[in-house]
Amino acid sequence: MRRLDVLVCSGASCVSSHSEAVRDALATEIDRQGLTQEVRIVETGCMGPCELGPVLLVYPDGVFYIRVAAEDAAEIVEEHFLKGRPVSRLLWEDPEARRIAEERKQVPFFEKQHKTVLGNCGKIDPESIEEYIGSGGYEALGRALTEKTREELIECIEEAGLRGRGGAGFSTGKKWRFVAQAGGDPKYVVCNGDEGDPGAFMDRSLLEGDPHSIIEGLAISAYAVGANHGFVYIRAEYPLAIKRLNIALEQARESGLLGDHILETDFSFDIEVRIGAGAFVCGEETALIASIQGQRGNPRPRPPYPATCGVFERPTLIDNVETVGNIRHIVLHGAEWFRSVGTEESPGTKVFALSGKVCNTGLVEVPMGTTLRELIFDIGGGVPDGKAFKAVQTGGPSGGCIPAEYLDTPIDYESLGKLGTIMGSGGVIVMDEDNCMVNIAKYFLEFTCDESCGQCTPCRVGLRQMLSILERITEGEGRMSDLDELQELAKVIMATSLCGLGKSAPNPVLSTLRYFRDEYVEHIEQETCRAKVCPAFLRYEIESELCKACDKCRASCPADAITGSPGSPPYVIAEEICIRCGRCLEVCPFGAVCLKTGP
Amino acid sequence: MKLEDLRKIRERASKNISLRQGDARVNVVIGMGTSGIAAGARDVMAAFLDEIGKRDLNDVIVTQTGERGLASSEPVVEVHIKGEPVVVYGEMSDVRARRVVAEHVVNGNAVTDYVIEVRK
Repeated sequence: MRRLDVLVCSGASCVSSHSEAVRDALATEIDRQGLTQEVRIVETGCMGPCELGPVLLVYPDGVFYIRVAAEDAAEIVEEHFLKGRPVSRLLWEDPEARRIAEERKQVPFFEKQHKTVLGNCGKIDPESIEEYIGSGGYEALGRALTEKTREELIECIEEAGLRGRGGAGFSTGKKWRFVAQAGGDPKYVVCNGDEGDPGAFMDRSLLEGDPHSIIEGLAISAYAVGANHGFVYIRAEYPLAIKRLNIALEQARESGLLGDHILETDFSFDIEVRIGAGAFVCGEETALIASIQGQRGNPRPRPPYPATCGVFERPTLIDNVETVGNIRHIVLHGAEWFRSVGTEESPGTKVFALSGKVCNTGLVEVPMGTTLRELIFDIGGGVPDGKAFKAVQTGGPSGGCIPAEYLDTPIDYESLGKLGTIMGSGGVIVMDEDNCMVNIAKYFLEFTCDESCGQCTPCRVGLRQMLSILERITEGEGRMSDLDELQELAKVIMATSLCGLGKSAPNPVLSTLRYFRDEYVEHIEQETCRAKVCPAFLRYEIESELCKACDKCRASCPADAITGSPGSPPYVIAEEICIRCGRCLEVCPFGAVCLKTGP
Repeated sequence: MKLEDLRKIRERASKNISLRQGDARVNVVIGMGTSGIAAGARDVMAAFLDEIGKRDLNDVIVTQTGERGLASSEPVVEVHIKGEPVVVYGEMSDVRARRVVAEHVVNGNAVTDYVIEVRK
């Protein structure tokens, strides 16, 4: 009999920190100790705390190991699996209380989370349909097909108040109804997995960790709107998600859960995977449709909306991966259950990808209405290295930055909108005092400039103009009138762009102008970058009383900007030759090199 | 495959992941300290696992613990049943382990012959 399940996180970030070597080493040791009958290794999807990877979770005791290396396998197997003594040096420890978490549930990162959509992620083997079915999988599809009418399903989703998790927050039930009512045959359903925001990895993790839940959700939505053919659009940068989804699709077909007469009913449905080349604009639904059809991923004006004229000009339902991931839970537990979590206007949970200057980077799921402070400080563990929190960016290149004074804002579509940002698909980038907000705005604008499809002038030319103004400001050539001009350009671009990319691209600039105008003014009037990021306002200097004339800085300088001779301090940096690479600051053993900004 | 077939698969497959659900009715804790292992705790554990497996008991988990300080009574095994006092058995063996599964774990009657402690 088996007594231990050892769950090895095989999400992309644990794989990249060598979880596969850990898995192999564990298997070897388990075999060596003669425990193969008693202990089983299960590879799962992302458990969430990517920062701590590779992570292991051992059931039934719930012991949670962090930063495990292949070399630790022998000790874990002998001490824990054989003798029952968890290896405490590999357990999570509360940095303040110096208390070791003996079980996963004692780790605060997990404590405040509410995992519904990610419920199976990190708990079952994503490559095993048996485990998915064992945890209740495909029951919702079975019930939908045998016990519910299409109308009942649409009503159920409408009543639940599920809103699109891709960012805009449109009512999913309404969308279903539009497609169901649209005339024309065939109809299509599409799952949008073209996740392109910098710092976002929710869709990837869900597809990697629980691909069957997406198949099931999509099949239910297809039944509800009357479609027999579906597409999952994933970007080519997600090879592991594509591989696991393809395995899951094959398993579902073999089990009669996809294909003709699913579960021996009249309903037939199958799914094709379409791999995108990674253009950000293809996340926009009309561009995505073009891409699925094999055309260049250009958006087109709406209306007509995809609900009436989508893939191959047929009525098409397009839902985001996380939205689809919610469907089976709502069908199984009902609209009221779904509404019991989250807020009145934004029911349910939301998955976020925490990244940037935050201790616990990773994947989390919280009820809507959770505050940004809870998300960043309680779950995320706050800003590392004792630095001060400056802002949080949500919604990627279409969103904005929120400063510290709004940390107690509940996370829902409306509250974030009022602050000049958007919910977006769930990327959350935390920034500290070392981030220059002008530079951040410039970074996002560079991104949208690159990703603009170039069809419409406001987006193609307007964003480029905004970027050149920002470049001017960060290079010390800014004028105060630039700030008004940025705002004017933003207004026009947002009003006149063809698609969502252009309409939302000025948001990072507008929100930083709104909350961090001081920093813009400092750049323009005082030639100062307080975060010490923009090279034009920086200079490296050597403090003469600290310099020991060790010659290390001069030897390391790639521009020969430092002069001096060994043994006779001080050394001097020639500002006009210095390229501000920071090498001297890194190598100086005495802290004599300092970075200064301002006139 | 029909919905009923799916449910049958689920019944079978859910056993496969039951260890991860955290809702076991019975937890058998085996003392696997040095003296426990020297006295044969490995064989006792194997006997428990075998017997529980044979009887297809899905609500029972087997875990280990370290030394209890009762070296003379090793191998020591605790049986935790939800809502009942913890029963500690001493000097366990293969045969005794199987008897504990049959009489205590399945039928709910502690095997008094081997009990060395009952904890609230």
